Amino acid sequence: MARALINVPATAKKGEAVEIKVLIQHPMETGFRTGPDGKLVPRDIIQRFSCTYDGQEVFAAELHPAVAANPFFAFFTLATASGPLIFKWTDNAGKEESQSADIAVT
Amino acid sequence: MTTRRHTLIGGGALAVGLLLRPALARATPETMAAAVAAFTKGLQVKPGKVAIDIPPLVENGNSVPLTVSVDSPMTELDHVNAIAVFAEKNPLPNVVTFALTPRSGKAVVSTRIRLGDSQILLVIAQLSDGSFWSQKAELIVTLPACVEVL
Repeated sequence: MARALINVPATAKKGEAVEIKVLIQHPMETGFRTGPDGKLVPRDIIQRFSCTYDGQEVFAAELHPAVAANPFFAFFTLATASGPLIFKWTDNAGKEESQSADIAVT
Repeated sequence: MTTRRHTLIGGGALAVGLLLRPALARATPETMAAAVAAFTKGLQVKPGKVAIDIPPLVENGNSVPLTVSVDSPMTELDHVNAIAVFAEKNPLPNVVTFALTPRSGKAVVSTRIRLGDSQILLVIAQLSDGSFWSQKAELIVTLPACVEVL
């Protein structure tokens, strides 16, 4: 289970652009490195990351091996309604994980 | 005891080691052009509107902070649909592609990337009217990513 640190402001005014920061614990193994046995270390990366909020996908990213280990994203979204922001990410083996954070909009 | 002679010999061995380092897999201008064409679908890319914030002198290519901002009001009629980052001298030219919506509010995105060599980073943004805008950043990387052995 990969852990993720998610930073979402607890409260926001309606219509305000809030900054969301996400840090996911993941090796992002490129598949280009050789291990001690001289063989290539198999690729293990997150391929897609998305943030769903108030019934719509507000942000998504397609990741390639050139994203640093423990991928970090900071992006903005307009505060529209109180509720959870759902973060989902899928690795190249198809394993999906998700985590959510709540925001209170006034 | 380490003498100056030992240090010199060590330094010489290191230099030879660096020269004998196997050639790394690299993206070529052709694969780069193909990756860009896959994103823009062959449409014309105009310079401007995009700003890249990245240190020009990168000490460690394994984790380079990158912030991309696009000059856009981010309204329903005029917003940024996608932002793609390309690096010509990485093993693969694609770095990361972001999808944005009018609900993003601000077209500003940050992440951390790997850089395999000193190179020019290319960022292309697709606006809602279908036009593409680009910006380049020239970088010097002192310790590239992907060279360390486990």
